[in-house]
Amino acid sequence: MGVVVEMDNIRKEFPGVVACDNISLELRQGEIHAILGENGAGKSTLMSVLFGLYQPDSGSIRVRGREVHIANPNAANRLGIGMVHQHFKLVSCFTVTENIILGLEPTRGMFIDTKLAAEQIKQLSDRYGLKVDPHALIADISVGMQQRVEILKMLYRNADILIFDEPTAVLTPQEVHELTKIMANLTAEGKSIFLITHKLREIKAIAQRCTVIRRGQWVGTVAVADASEETLAAMMVGRAVSFGVKKAQTKPGEKVLEIENLHVRGRGGVARVKGISFSVKRGEILGLAGVDGNGQKELVETLVGLRRADEGRILINNKEAGGLSVRERIAAGLAFIPDDRHKYGLILDFSLEENMILKSYHKQRFATQGLLNFTAIRAYAQKVISDFDVRSGRGAGALARTLSGGNQQKAILGREIDADPDLLIAVQPTRGLDVGAIEYVHRRLVEQRDSGKAVLLVSLELDEIFALSDRIAVISNGELVGIVNTDETDENEIGLMMTGLRREAVR
Amino acid sequence: MWETIIQITPHAIAFTIPLLIVSLGGLYSERSGVVNIGLEGFMVVGMFAGALTVSLLAPAMQGTAIWAGLLMATLAGAVFALLHAFACVTLNANQVISGTAINMVAGALTTYFARLITGSGNIVIPIAMPRHNLAYLADIPIIGEMLFSRAYASTLLALVILAVSAVLIYRTRFGLRLRACGENPHAADAAGINIYRMRYTAVIISGALASLGGAIFLVTIAGEYNGTAGGLGFLALAALIFGQWKPIGLLGATLFFGLASTIANVSRILPYLAHIPDIVLQTFPYVVTLLALVLFSRSSQAPKALGEPYDKGRR
Ligand SMILES: Nc1ncnc2c1ncn2[C@@H]1O[C@H](COP(=O)(O)OP(=O)(O)O)[C@@H](O)[C@H]1O
Ligand SMILES: [Mg+2]
Repeated sequence: MGVVVEMDNIRKEFPGVVACDNISLELRQGEIHAILGENGAGKSTLMSVLFGLYQPDSGSIRVRGREVHIANPNAANRLGIGMVHQHFKLVSCFTVTENIILGLEPTRGMFIDTKLAAEQIKQLSDRYGLKVDPHALIADISVGMQQRVEILKMLYRNADILIFDEPTAVLTPQEVHELTKIMANLTAEGKSIFLITHKLREIKAIAQRCTVIRRGQWVGTVAVADASEETLAAMMVGRAVSFGVKKAQTKPGEKVLEIENLHVRGRGGVARVKGISFSVKRGEILGLAGVDGNGQKELVETLVGLRRADEGRILINNKEAGGLSVRERIAAGLAFIPDDRHKYGLILDFSLEENMILKSYHKQRFATQGLLNFTAIRAYAQKVISDFDVRSGRGAGALARTLSGGNQQKAILGREIDADPDLLIAVQPTRGLDVGAIEYVHRRLVEQRDSGKAVLLVSLELDEIFALSDRIAVISNGELVGIVNTDETDENEIGLMMTGLRREAVR
Repeated sequence: MWETIIQITPHAIAFTIPLLIVSLGGLYSERSGVVNIGLEGFMVVGMFAGALTVSLLAPAMQGTAIWAGLLMATLAGAVFALLHAFACVTLNANQVISGTAINMVAGALTTYFARLITGSGNIVIPIAMPRHNLAYLADIPIIGEMLFSRAYASTLLALVILAVSAVLIYRTRFGLRLRACGENPHAADAAGINIYRMRYTAVIISGALASLGGAIFLVTIAGEYNGTAGGLGFLALAALIFGQWKPIGLLGATLFFGLASTIANVSRILPYLAHIPDIVLQTFPYVVTLLALVLFSRSSQAPKALGEPYDKGRR
């Protein structure tokens, strides 16, 4: 097998961080080469250098044996290198075809030959089993389909060195499965793939070799077949990682959150939560399991005060909370870790310290007579940053946008936990995070439970639900299917309950 | 009633045409993602360049001087637009502030030059664009009578520019790339399109057309340069929103504005409008504009990246 890409001693610095510290690696013809590393390790940066988005500060790149200088994505395209970015680069009001041909439009006379292009795209799509409709609008198709459009973009440009940046982070398990098949098709046709990920299971499933990067440094390149998930995780994090979370038995105390017969309508007036009742006690984690889109979102929004219930009661510490505003609920002891941290968790263009006081800026300690006290704010932010190990290039003054996902999540976790709540609602708290960060978040959540807080964990990942919950509530189609103790059930039973079958029927 | 409509249509069209060209100018810039509230300023520049050229050349060239004036206005606008492009694209400045600066600088600078060259802040042009029955087109029933009889040649020019723009924006490479820059410059960049060059081109076209519109306003309606375009540039901006950044939408929007202001102007001589209080009729175009903007800005189809300087590194 020939070597198609060699990256030699690549170094790239951003203000305050060395994103890639003299990293070397090579890609062989027809292989899937995984690049593994925690968030912020420098994976995307390294691949962006190969794709011509960034210029390396030093180091050299050889493609098919020839030393090259990749000045921009165009140059990368000419070398047959394509990339699917972590955040898709699609124009949502364009059709699939328009997006794919953008920059390389076939023309007839003066006009773009959309018909010809659509035909070519259809052929490509059929050849690799992508099932994409060339005439659909991007805004109308699912995230999984959008990703295939990105893949088609590369294929349309005849790329045979393909880079996938965390392609599975946004996909449902079924879509992940199909993507795996597509990737296998691609390598079978002679394409070579760099796959950036931090999910060990995927690497074991499809990659042949794996290069591990930690904090900008090369840790090692291993054949996947010879490495266990534990070794890979240890290489990535720099220490042994425990997959299970250690949890002591606790005795749940009084009820902190109690909801009775809650009915909520979602967008367009459709009933999404239909008469749910449950409670969460001090010193316990209640996991809410369910397939995405079964009312979890509306239920959580109602609990935190972003949405009104049509019917039913919400009690926090035995006090009626259904009519309270968001700020009043926070004052009543509620903290919230949202699943969409960019939309609900942080203001990306605010600095870290400003983000730390989003919920408490009006308190006496941060503001006097309506003027913010920046000394106090900075001191506070620095304390949270060090307590929660938030890594940022420029400390508390850095814009939230410049942090990696894991560090953004740690910052939110810090802000919410530091408010010393009675009730912590965590929705998909580890979405898009790497093993190290997941372990950290899990440990913190259990710590909250142990110190006598009530935790409501909403997650789509059964692994997570089982690792953390004391009791598991299953929601399906807006109804509560049942609540079971974690040590009296298994994934199979919960999985069946998630389809709406009652426990009695499952047994 | 029908007669009145036939009667006032040429006036409405005369008012619509410069507005249409100016708003088309705005369209190019904004479709590339650069806000252009400097349209008013570009019109002033166009009026100045046009008036100066026409008044200097008219003695020698007669009618042709008008066309020379339009050409000079277009070029002046293109050059002046470099300023806006440099601020917004190269320096990543706030586009609204840059546009405001354009509006202020345009009036001041041209007045200064007018004084310097002619000794007065006003330049009256000795000749105006003539009205003709346009060959063939005037014979089309109804439309010919309304649009092309006793019409300015600039009407035809404007319609040609409109048609070319519509085709350019929706059917060609340039158009697809232009729209991509305004909707999602990161996608365009990843597709190998040079955002900076596209935006420079778009802003230059924008300035050129807006100045051309100003000059057409000069030679058909205003008759003199006096340092302002009477807020027409802002009306064109409103038409851009009202017309939802689409060429055909702009035609509808500017026609609507043209009719509304013509009705306001001729109301006094129309017997069945005489009993409506003057103030209602005079404010009618502006009130309608305001209402239209309030209603239409809700379902706004503005380019998604409009107003955002392009920052490569931003994730
Ligand atoms: N455009 C940028 N400007 C400044 N810092 C950046 C930029 N891109 C990435 N970084 C920083 O470089 C480091 C590596 O980031 P990245 O390559 O995105 O990591 P990964 O993809 O492994 O999660 C992080 O600390 C990140 O904050
Ligand atoms: Mg990344």
